[in-house]
Amino acid sequence: MGLNKDYEDIPGTFVFDADRGREGYQLNQFCISLRKAPNREAFGADEGAYLDKYKMTEEQRQAVIDRDWNQLLELGGNIYYTSKLAANDGINFQQLAGLMTGMGNEAYRAMMIAGGRSPEGNRYQHEWDEKGEE
Amino acid sequence: MARITAGVGCSHVPAIGVAMDSGITKQSYWEPVFEGFEKSREWMKAQKADVVFLVYNDHCTVFDATCIPTFALGCAPEFAPADEGWGPRPVPVVKNHQRLASHIAHSLILDEFDITIMNEMEVDHGLTVPMSVMFGDKGIDDEWPCLVIPLCVNVVQYPAPTGNRCYNLGKAIRRAVDSFDEDLNVVVFGTGGMSHQLQYKRAGLINKEWDTQFLNRLTSDHVALSQTPHIDYLREAGSEGVEMVMWHVMRGALDDDVEEIHRHYHVPASNTAVGHIILENKKDQKAKI
Ligand SMILES: [Fe+2]
Repeated sequence: MGLNKDYEDIPGTFVFDADRGREGYQLNQFCISLRKAPNREAFGADEGAYLDKYKMTEEQRQAVIDRDWNQLLELGGNIYYTSKLAANDGINFQQLAGLMTGMGNEAYRAMMIAGGRSPEGNRYQHEWDEKGEE
Repeated sequence: MARITAGVGCSHVPAIGVAMDSGITKQSYWEPVFEGFEKSREWMKAQKADVVFLVYNDHCTVFDATCIPTFALGCAPEFAPADEGWGPRPVPVVKNHQRLASHIAHSLILDEFDITIMNEMEVDHGLTVPMSVMFGDKGIDDEWPCLVIPLCVNVVQYPAPTGNRCYNLGKAIRRAVDSFDEDLNVVVFGTGGMSHQLQYKRAGLINKEWDTQFLNRLTSDHVALSQTPHIDYLREAGSEGVEMVMWHVMRGALDDDVEEIHRHYHVPASNTAVGHIILENKKDQKAKI
């Protein structure tokens, strides 16, 4: 019997399970390397040469170069890892959320101050499908 | 004998640490977050804990993807604050009660909790932020007022241990502490949460109702609460809300009969609902009088 991935129908959400962990391993290991200052310097000096050290897929590599934050998650990245790449670029968690949601920093921050995103209409994929959200 | 007298549930939002470290806690955005911890700091001082047993998670800081232990117990002499990408937090190094940590490791494994033993480890905001909110500002040259035994739980790669497993681990920690021969007052912290989602298009999810019922049930409906399936956390409290399983370790380590001493809840700190509770064993309250 297969595993029941009952979390796959939560909209706008990736649950970082072992399958995603496997897919994203090289990408995530690259991201976490940027936690250390000497690595941040080396990456800043020559992104391409630094990325060559990690055997990630072409798509993952391109998503890093493009700083395509959602694509990074779609390809097996996890937010705690990709946030290290964001931190390298001077982007904090809240600014990153503004980018990933497509809301922009100000609208996102205003939503949080107003109490955050309500769970109403945001629990199941079919609720987003009906609203025409991706 | 060593004894566990009280428990603290507490969010560990990194931005709270940044706010303290950059001295902006009086700004209108932050003031309501910190006001709720004023009473907690007084309580913490009066509690005169010898040891804090601190349950938290690492956020892909010290543990990369090469090795993902579900439960890792800090047995090193001390734990330095880690660089999370913007330099280490300027707070004191955390010192362990190493003999008690070794005793707990030994006891837990014979009690069939196959934990990982960490003889070297740095700690990230998951540990240092609860210390800061409960003990107040401390600089690099200061010392924390008590020793700390860290228990690091994997909640990043799904699945985290179940709430039930965490609750029962709390009970095993209690048995371990109860059988230690030194006279020590131990307070258990369960940290993380409350509702939040940091990632992808649903980022920013907050569920105040769900958080409130979690806090309400922690005192007297804790066993049923610990049975909450992971899908409920993920769907209702956001993908990162599953961190709240760590609060069940704290609750399991206390008596069934506890009293809620203090509660604080505020939205937002950055992307997160800040939740906090203090629970005391009623039995130990009587002993104090
Ligand atoms: Fe956390």
